[in-house]
Amino acid sequence: MKYKSQKVAYWFFALSMLLLSLQIVYGFIMGFAHMGYDNLHSIIPFNTARAVHTNLLVVWLLSGFMGAAYYIIPEEAEKELVSVKLAYIQLITLALVGVVAIVGYHFNYWEGRKFLEIPRPLDWLVVANVLTFLGIIIMTLAKGKKRTTTSLVLTMGLVFAALLYLPGMIWFDNQTMDSFFRWWVVHLWVEGVWELIMGGILAFLLIKITGVDREVIEKWLYVIVGLTFISGILGTGHHYYYIGVGKIWLIVGGIFSALEPLAFLAMALFAIAMYRKGEKKHPNKMALSWTLGTAIVSFVGAGLLGLAHTFPAVNMYTHGTLVTAMHGHLAFWGAYAMIVFAFISYSMPNLTGRKMYETTSGLLAFWLSNIGMIGMTAAFGVAGVAQVYLERKVGLEFGEVQKEIEVHFFILVSCATLFTTGIGFFIYEFIKYGRPNDEALIANQE
Amino acid sequence: MLSKSQAKVFFLGGTMLSFAVFLGMSWNSMSKEVPKQTHEENLTAQVINGKKIWEANNCMGCHTILGEGAYYAPELTKVYDRRGEGYIKAALMSKTPWSPRGRKMVAYAMTEQEANDVVAFLKWVGEMDLNGFPAKPDLKK
Repeated sequence: MKYKSQKVAYWFFALSMLLLSLQIVYGFIMGFAHMGYDNLHSIIPFNTARAVHTNLLVVWLLSGFMGAAYYIIPEEAEKELVSVKLAYIQLITLALVGVVAIVGYHFNYWEGRKFLEIPRPLDWLVVANVLTFLGIIIMTLAKGKKRTTTSLVLTMGLVFAALLYLPGMIWFDNQTMDSFFRWWVVHLWVEGVWELIMGGILAFLLIKITGVDREVIEKWLYVIVGLTFISGILGTGHHYYYIGVGKIWLIVGGIFSALEPLAFLAMALFAIAMYRKGEKKHPNKMALSWTLGTAIVSFVGAGLLGLAHTFPAVNMYTHGTLVTAMHGHLAFWGAYAMIVFAFISYSMPNLTGRKMYETTSGLLAFWLSNIGMIGMTAAFGVAGVAQVYLERKVGLEFGEVQKEIEVHFFILVSCATLFTTGIGFFIYEFIKYGRPNDEALIANQE
Repeated sequence: MLSKSQAKVFFLGGTMLSFAVFLGMSWNSMSKEVPKQTHEENLTAQVINGKKIWEANNCMGCHTILGEGAYYAPELTKVYDRRGEGYIKAALMSKTPWSPRGRKMVAYAMTEQEANDVVAFLKWVGEMDLNGFPAKPDLKK
C-alpha cells in the first residue's frame, strides 16, 4: 500500500468475512428445512432464516465494496483519506445497524419486503451511514491530485447505489406499486450500479495485475458499463411481466434482458484479453485467479443463467420457483462475492507486507468454493426444473412436489459443505495474513 | 478504432437515453396500467390493512405473491380462489403451527378481524390482471 489510511479497508474486509460466515449458517438452516428437517422452526422459522441470509449477503458485500473503495480511492487520487476516524465510526455504525436488524428479524421486527426487510427507522441510519461513507470518498477525490476514470466509475456506482436505495423507502398501498419500486432498488442495484462498482474494482485490479496501459483498460471499462446500463435499465422489465403492469414490458423486458449477458460477456472477454495482453506477470496468483474467476463465473451465473429464465414464455412457468434461486446463487457468487474475494486477495499482501501469493490453502479456497457453488447451482436447477414441470405444468399440489424434490436438497447441502470448506480456507488465509501495519508501506507498491 | 472519449460518450449517452425511456414507460405504467389492471377502486382500508399485516409478518419470507418472495411455501396470488376464505382464516388463526404435509407455518394466532383483513388483501390480489400469470397447468389430464 502507498497510504496509511488504506489500512481501514482491512477492517471492512474482516467484517465481511464475519458476516459471510453467519450467512452460510442461515443458509444451512434453510437447506435442512427444505430437506424436511426444520427442527429450529420454533426459534428460527424459515422466514427469519431467509431474511437473515439475504440481508447478511447485502451487508457483507457492501462492506467489501466500501473496504475496496477505501483502498482504491487514496491510491487513485494520490491522497490520504480525508478522515480515517470517521471511516472507523462509519464501519462500527454499519456493523451495529446490521446486527440490530438481524437480531430484530428473530423478533418479528421487519418489513416483509423481499431483500428490503430492514425496518424504516433503521433505513434512516443506513442512509446516514452511506452518506458518511460517500462524504469521505468524494472529499478525498475532490482534494486529491488525480481523478481517474476508474475512481470516477467506482464512485459513480457508489453514489447511484445510495440514491437508488431511496425508492425502496416509500410506502405504497398498492402491492403492484410496492413491487414496481422495490425492483428499482434490487434490480437496478444488482443488474446496474453494482456492476459499475464491480467494473471499477475490476479495472483497478487489471491495471495493477496485468500492467496493461490504463488508457486501454479504462476505455473498455466505459464500453462495458455502457452495455450494462443500456441492457440493464430496460431489462428491469423482466420483473414487470406478471405483477400487474402492461404487456409492453413483456416485449421491452424480453429484448433487453436478452442483451444483459452481453455486458457480462464483454467483462469476461475484457479480463481475459487484458491478462493475455499484459506483459507484466504479477506474482499474486491468487488475486489473478479470483479476478479472472469473477469475470467468467459472473458471465455464466448472472448472464447465461439469468437469460435462461427471462424469456417471457419461460418465465411464465419459472417465475416464483426454485429456478430463481439457481440463478441467484451463482450470479451473486460470481459477480459480487468473487470480486470482493479478488480484491481481498490482491490487497492483503500489500496491507500486511506478507506475500502469501500462492499457498495450498489459497488454492483450496478457490477451487472448493467454486466447485461447491457450481454443485449447489446444479442442485437448485434440478429441483427448480422438477418443480416447474410437476407443479406448473402437470398441476400437482405445491406440498406434494416439495416432498418429491427433497432429495435434491440433500445434494445441495452436500455441495454447500464443500463450498463452506473452501470459504473456511479463505478465512483461514485471511486470519493468517495478520493485521495491516505501517511497515507494509512501500513507495512503489504495485 | 474506438477512442476513450467515444467510449465515454457511448456510456453516458446510452445510459441517459435508456433511463429516459425507462422513466417514460414507468410513468405510463403508474398512471394508466396499474390503476386499471389492479382495480385500484377496490383498494379499501381493509385491503390496505391486510397488506400491512402481510408485511409485518414477512409472509414473503416463505410464500410468493405475484410470483415474488421465497420458495418454501405455496404461491398465494390465487389462493382465495383455490382454497377459499375458511381455509385461509383457519391457517392464519391457528394457535399451533399449520403444517400441511409436514412443513410448518408460524402459528400467528391472528384475531378474526386480522384474518379477515389478510383475506381481503389476498382476494384483491387474486383479481388483478397479471398478463396470464399464473399459467394453467397445460399437461394436466
